[in-house]
Amino acid sequence: MNTSDKKKTKELAQNLISEITRLSKIAMKENGGRPLRFMEVCGTHTVAIFRGGIRQLLPDSVELVSGPGCPVCVTHDDYMDKAIAYAQRDDVIVTTFGDMLKVPGSKSSLSNEKTKGADIRIVYSPLDSIEIAKENPDKKVIFLAVGFETTAPTAAATVLAAKQQNVNNLFMLSAHKLVPPVLNLLLSDEKTKVDGFILPGHVCVVTGTEEFDFLADKFHLPGVVTGFEPLEILRSLYRLCYQVANKEAKIENEYGSVVKPEGNPQAKAIMSRVYRKSDTSWRGMGEIPLSGLKMQDEFKEYDIENVLPLSLENAKIKKTACRCGEVLQGLIKPMECPLFGKACIPEHAIGPCMVSVEGTCAAWYKYGGGKFVFGK
Amino acid sequence: MEYITMAHGAGGKSSHELMEKVILPELSNPLLDKLHDGAIFAVNKGKMAFTTDSYVVRPRFFPGGNIGKLAVCGTVNDLAMSGAVPKYLSLGAVIEEGFPISELKEILHSIRMAADEAGIAIVTGDTKVVDKGAADGIFINTAGVGEVIEGTDISPLNIKPGMKVIVSGYIGDHAATVLGARHGLSLPDTIKSDCAPLCHLTKAMLDVCPEIAVLRDPTRGGVAATLNELAEQSGTGIILDEEAIPVRDEVAGVCDILGFDPLYLANEGKLLAIVPSDKAEEIVEVMHTIKYGENACIIGRVTSEGAGQVGMETAIGGIRLVDMPMGNLVPRIC
Amino acid sequence: MCLAVPAKVIAIKDMMATVDLNGVQRDVSTMLLPEAEVGQFVLVHAGFAMQVVSQEDAEVTNALLAEMKGGERTVEHL
Repeated sequence: MNTSDKKKTKELAQNLISEITRLSKIAMKENGGRPLRFMEVCGTHTVAIFRGGIRQLLPDSVELVSGPGCPVCVTHDDYMDKAIAYAQRDDVIVTTFGDMLKVPGSKSSLSNEKTKGADIRIVYSPLDSIEIAKENPDKKVIFLAVGFETTAPTAAATVLAAKQQNVNNLFMLSAHKLVPPVLNLLLSDEKTKVDGFILPGHVCVVTGTEEFDFLADKFHLPGVVTGFEPLEILRSLYRLCYQVANKEAKIENEYGSVVKPEGNPQAKAIMSRVYRKSDTSWRGMGEIPLSGLKMQDEFKEYDIENVLPLSLENAKIKKTACRCGEVLQGLIKPMECPLFGKACIPEHAIGPCMVSVEGTCAAWYKYGGGKFVFGK
Repeated sequence: MEYITMAHGAGGKSSHELMEKVILPELSNPLLDKLHDGAIFAVNKGKMAFTTDSYVVRPRFFPGGNIGKLAVCGTVNDLAMSGAVPKYLSLGAVIEEGFPISELKEILHSIRMAADEAGIAIVTGDTKVVDKGAADGIFINTAGVGEVIEGTDISPLNIKPGMKVIVSGYIGDHAATVLGARHGLSLPDTIKSDCAPLCHLTKAMLDVCPEIAVLRDPTRGGVAATLNELAEQSGTGIILDEEAIPVRDEVAGVCDILGFDPLYLANEGKLLAIVPSDKAEEIVEVMHTIKYGENACIIGRVTSEGAGQVGMETAIGGIRLVDMPMGNLVPRIC
Repeated sequence: MCLAVPAKVIAIKDMMATVDLNGVQRDVSTMLLPEAEVGQFVLVHAGFAMQVVSQEDAEVTNALLAEMKGGERTVEHL
């Protein structure tokens, strides 16, 4: 960036922050003095907010919460236990995105199992698993297929490619999740205190914006689809404050370079060819109807749970005292959860808000008050 | 002689042959050529620095270097960061049976080139051969001694608020090269490992300013890990300026694709210095005239607030925490 | 799950595109974006091209981009 661009960036940021401050104060007066609460629902937005130092620039009248965030954090114990059980077999190679290594299961993590000698390989793309399967014809290669709508089509396409290339030793352990159902569930509780959403730009690349219209239509809440540069995020916060202060509730698209109203039809078609919607469990939130994806019967020979079923003792969903759901809804602060800072800390997190580095609970645990302030 | 055999490590005729035909032709110097049990040399009065490190790199050859160059530069740089001029180096190798001699020669050649560049003499050494499967090709250990430059006192305890943080050039080149290749990225020739001996650079810096508080080479864990250690050891805070930190476009590209942060990438030929504020500009100017310091710049400052913390001023004017790295770098998708 | 970056398509063969970001290249699948063409920028996620990055749409809808380029201030007052 040259000097004039740098100056312009800072100047634009300052303009946006002063507008955010002014508008949020107007809106705060109207709602009885409660700070505006905006939720981002994408792990990469969470990281971008952190890396941009955005929280620290915002006035007290605006609070940012990390929603049921990255699909890795919301992956349930039971899924991790299954992945670990498969990884422990001598005839299996597990391939996974790097993010999954540290996610805790009920007794261990993939990272621990790798240390103990399990063959677990980090891949950048699900397609890399096909090469690994070809190189290891005597092994079953299992890809941990996690991710929201952005990633599910890549796993689906990998299944199609494997079928096309007659690769018979590649399988999916599937736990894809869908964003709209969980938001719907959070908002269906009247007590939930959220005033608007920074919508997940790259999920919307696939789904389009229409799938999020229910936020405005059903719950009268604004949403802004945006990119991942700090300035873009500030701009989306300004648009949210503007809408709230104006009593508007619209879904705005500030990421038109890649987000179309209809999304990516080819990706959606491939996704629904391989997967169908199903009920699924979310870490810390329990089972949510039609919020996940299961493989269609036509592809059951690629579904490891069908090919090599596990009988896990703890197959039942455990109840914990985790109150992540209420933290996300804005009903309680992290320290009101009985597990916070005791049974649940970043090194062995129980809920998604502690798993994610910048999850609400992890941030409160690390900085206290939820905001990093240098020198305090 | 095509491959290393167990006989090469047994001390008899084959060992002698390996020494005469492979090792000495590359590493020959008056002290080593005597082939005594120990090297005998005179020392100046004053302080000495002494360090050791072992090298187990995979792959053994990478763009910009190999395990041999790394083994010399790593130890040379540890001496340089202690404020010393490197003088003598020992070289120990544990070699797996069946290791190609041609590859050994190539590694020895890189060792000699790096040692010559650093001005350090390899004066003693040892070779062991282990059964096939008992080692991964070759493991190298080097130990080095150097003479501490008079009047210098390198210690984190000398870090004081108001001091400036200098980096000697673009960060993350080494790790981006190695990790990029590991994850299927093809990198242009413009980016390679930065593996290099930094002793001439540190000498020039200390000549201009013996009061430099700390010199460190940010290897594993990158700039973030090194500065966190220094903040903690000195009980001060460190604030970086995001836009001042030099990152090559290609390295930024690798980071964008794989979800890495350049601050956490390992370097093998960069240094961080914490220096008195009034000398900072002058030190940077001198660095610009020395090899490996051409792109040096000031990237941050030491503060009294935020003891033990590292923060970074971002492009939009916020401050973020630069945390201690946790675990290995793996590609992220969310 | 959203880490994705724009990169330029420099070659396409058999549903695989070679994309370039600052000189760093990787082969990515075009199965999800069969319409991708050489010369275009595409958004890449987990080894797949996900969408064509449209520069015109970016300029029409992105007020920030316009402001960066010296356009009018687009924050509206109540």
